[in-house]
Order: sequence, then C-alpha cells, then structure tokens
Amino acid sequence: MKTNHFERFGVSSSVMIHASDVRKSYGSYEVLKGVNVSVPNGSVACIIGPSGSGKSTFLRCINHLEDINSGLLLVDGDFVGYRLKDDRLHELRASQICARRAEIGMVFQHFNLFPHMTVLENLMEAPVRVRGEKRAEARQHALELLRRVGLAEKASAYPRQLSGGQQQRVAIARALAMRPKVLLFDEPTSALDPELVGEVLSVMKDLARDGMTMVVVTHEIGFAREVADQLIFMDGGTVMEQGDPREMIANPKSPRTREFLAKVL
Amino acid sequence: MNVLPLKDDSVAAKHTTQFKVVPLRHPWRWTAAGLVAILMLLLTQAVVSNPNLQWPVVASYILNPIILQGLWITVGLTLAIMFFASVIGMIVALMMLSPSKMLSLPAAGFIWWFRGTPALVQLILWYNLSLIFKDITLWLPGLGTIFSIPTNTIMTPLVAAVVALSLHEAGYMAEIIRNGLKSVSRGQTEAALCLGMKPSLLLRRIVIPQAMRVIIPPTGNETINLLKTTSLVSIIAVGDLLYSAQAIYARTFETIPLLLVVTFWYLVVVSIMTVGQSYLERYYSRDEAGHDSAPVGLSRLGLILTMREKWRGAQ
Repeated sequence: MKTNHFERFGVSSSVMIHASDVRKSYGSYEVLKGVNVSVPNGSVACIIGPSGSGKSTFLRCINHLEDINSGLLLVDGDFVGYRLKDDRLHELRASQICARRAEIGMVFQHFNLFPHMTVLENLMEAPVRVRGEKRAEARQHALELLRRVGLAEKASAYPRQLSGGQQQRVAIARALAMRPKVLLFDEPTSALDPELVGEVLSVMKDLARDGMTMVVVTHEIGFAREVADQLIFMDGGTVMEQGDPREMIANPKSPRTREFLAKVL
Repeated sequence: MNVLPLKDDSVAAKHTTQFKVVPLRHPWRWTAAGLVAILMLLLTQAVVSNPNLQWPVVASYILNPIILQGLWITVGLTLAIMFFASVIGMIVALMMLSPSKMLSLPAAGFIWWFRGTPALVQLILWYNLSLIFKDITLWLPGLGTIFSIPTNTIMTPLVAAVVALSLHEAGYMAEIIRNGLKSVSRGQTEAALCLGMKPSLLLRRIVIPQAMRVIIPPTGNETINLLKTTSLVSIIAVGDLLYSAQAIYARTFETIPLLLVVTFWYLVVVSIMTVGQSYLERYYSRDEAGHDSAPVGLSRLGLILTMREKWRGAQ
C-alpha cells in the first residue's frame, strides 16, 4: 500500500520532491553533505555546479539508483527505497522499488537506448512488460509520443541509425511512455554535438510548458534562465545557493556561484 | 634557387591515361603456388590410388544403420550436453556476478574443479560413482528414507556421459556467459531499472539479448569442440559414432575405411553447425546492419516453416 507522509514531515502536498539534510558517502568520502531541495508539483528545477559537486549523485538518489545514508527524501510524499512502519524504515524488495521507480522517468547523458530494439520497441517495452498495457494501446501511445518529439518516421529504425540528438529525443519519449509523475535529466545535452543541442532543449521546453515536473542537471545556463522555475547551484556536496534563475544569474549572492557563472557564461 | 613550375592537373591526367601501367610482378608468389599445387596433386594421387583406403568399402558403410545410429547418439549427446551445460553455466555465471561471497566463491570453485580436470578423467570418475557412493538415498528428517536406489542402476554409461560432460562443459560455458553478461554496459541496466523493470525482466529482455552477441561465437566453437569430445564416451561403451565404427571393424578388420566414415560424418555435422552459427550471429547483431537485410537466414527459415504450416492446413 502507498502511504503519503506529507503531513507527518510537515511537507506541503503540492511538493513533488522534498529533500532535507540528505547525506551520501562512498566509503569515507562524503559526496552529499546535507542537501536541502524542494521541487513543487509542475515546476522545473535546474541544478548547476562544477563536476564532482554531487549534482548527478543527488539526482540518482531521487530514483534510488543510489541509496542515501541519512536525511529525508520524499517523492510525491513517499520514500523511494523504503517503507516506514512502526518508526522504522524497511528496505523495499526489488519489485516494490521498481513499482515506485516506474513513476519517475530518467533521461541519461549517454541516452542508454536499448540497441537491440527498434525505436518503437524501446518505447513499448516497459509499458507492456512493466505496466501490463495492451500492445495496441502501448503502440498508439508510443507513436503519439514519437510525433511529439518529431520522430514519427523513425519508429522502425534502430538507435544506432539515429543521430545523438534524435537518440536523446527517443530517450525522452521512452521515459514519457511510462506516464511518469516527474522526469529527471542527467546532463541530457552534454554528449551531443553543439548543433544537436537545440533540438533536445526544444523538446524539454515543450514538456515544461505542458506542466511536467522536471529536475534537470545541466550546463546550459541559457536553458535554465529561460525555462527553470528555480535554479540550484551545488558545490562540494551542498546547495550553495538557490532561487529565481534570472535573479541568481544576474546577481549571484555567494562568491562561489559568481565564480562558477563567470566561467560558464 | 630554382622554383619548379606547378604541374597542371590536366597535364598529369593526360600522362596517366597516355602511358600503359605495368603491374608489379610476383615471381616468388607464383613459384610457391606452383609448388603447393604439385604437392596437392601428389597427395590426391596418393589418397585416391592407395588400395589400403578401400574407398568402395567406405562408400558401403556411409549409410550403414549401425553407423547412422551412432551418429544419432553423437548428435543427441552433443545437444543434450550443450543444453545442460548452458543452463548450469548460466546459473554459475549469475552466482559469480553476485555481490554475496557465499554465492560467488562456490561458483568459482565449481569452475576451478570442472574446468581444471580432463574430460576423460571425469567421465571415468562418474562412471565409477558407485565405488564412492554405493546407493543414492533421499532421507528427510522426521520422514525417514523416501527412496534408495543402488548407484549402478542410475549411473548407466549414457547417464554418466551426460552428467560428466555437462558439468565439464558447464565450467567453460559459465566463463563464456559471465563474460557476455559483463560486456553489457551499466547504462543499459540503469535505464531498464529506471523504467521500473524487475531484475528478472531486465536480465531476460535487456541484458541477455545483448550479451548473446558476445556469447554466441565462443559457444559455437565450444559446441564444435564438444561434438568431437563426445567421442571419449566410447571408452565407457556408449554407442556413439566412434564406438559403432569400432564395433564393426573389430569384426571385419576394415579399420581405416570405417575411421574414414567416422571422419566424414564428423565433418558433415561440423559444417552444418558452422552455417547455423553464422545465422545465429547475424540474428543477434541485426541492429548493426540495415534492419531489412540482416536476419536473412532466420526469416528464410521462418518462411519455410510458415509454408509448411500452410501445406499442412491444405491437407
């Protein structure tokens, strides 16, 4: 059974992702040193920061690809990898974690499309096998999503036959095929040739306009300024500064933010 | 300093079309090829004209029922052993990849033991299992003995052959499969997990199909090797191809012609396997070529099957 812990932890029910004092270490090396982030329903949060700042790790914690060592991390009012019972967090079985993960879409830097399946099969695989959708329905939905990312004519192509930008658009469509509550993007344009970045960003802008809740780890400051509702600057495993992107980019408060922005802008 | 005038392209083009190009000669290559041709002619003459090879006798035994029975056992053994070896190999490979030492260490021990001892030794050991365990007994606490059978009634030569060679082959298959599973990138697993796939589904739909591309070529070699290794079972009196031939020439003393019959059939089966392997390889790398042309072999096979079904339906 799903339970919501909005009230118990004093989190507003309009918050999709709530992190307070999230800590994560690999051995003795602490990657996340108490991260506090709140992403409201239907909003877009962009996370920027130098490499090694823990931004990707934080993103991976949200869908439990990494487990956290301490702190509170709720997605839609629920723990991702655990179940709270009698004030104890019980680790969930693989099948239960999967059920929660199915509601959190993720787009990777290196696309990670399934190379042995056609584009259409990539989109239909999880809805049919995980959600138990009927093939005809899944196919219809998949074709609709491919039209939305402008790749309807590539349905029967294999990923290898597509350009990087096209592959990433398919990867976004694949995540959308599961009708997720929230989409996580891990540097979605970093592996692309510069002239292909635009087509992926434009698909992401459309999604934001349609009210999809998104957390985007990115180096595209322009995209963040235009689309994000909040900008989060991470450095050394903590959130150094967060707020309205236009304001933050114009007048960064922390010297570290100013330094970083000066380098990437 | 003299400055050379730049060559006009059209002039250069005219030059190459005007003059005849003389290709480089390879006299030594021709000499070597000639020598090889002469040697091959001599060898063919020696083989064809030698009365000791008794070609008519070879021909008369090719379709001998005892030989064909032996061929059938050899092929059946190979397929059965490969099947069991793949299943056991897959389990051992998954155990090797487990984070738990209690699973990975025994798996490593399995590979060490069954890959480290000769197939022939294991064959004889399993055949003589009754010298170690006289009876095979299932005993449950509280219920007592469920059944007890003398080992010798179970460990027939054929069973010993299948068990010994399956375990031996499983040692190799485990390593091949583990290598294949490891070749699939972590990103693939993560992408599948993020779509909510359970580990079993992820393994079946994402990892194994991609691992197959790495697993198939060495497995084809192993199968060909295994086909020949099964000839060892003649030692414990399993009636395979070699044993059948031996049984005949023990009576008729036509040793060489019968060994040639055996050689002929081994080569025929290996050739068929090689063709089958190349079809499988093409099927599992179908995303690499243009997607219309790749799985020619299998689609043709599919065509034959559907045609046969239609024919059956028409009857």
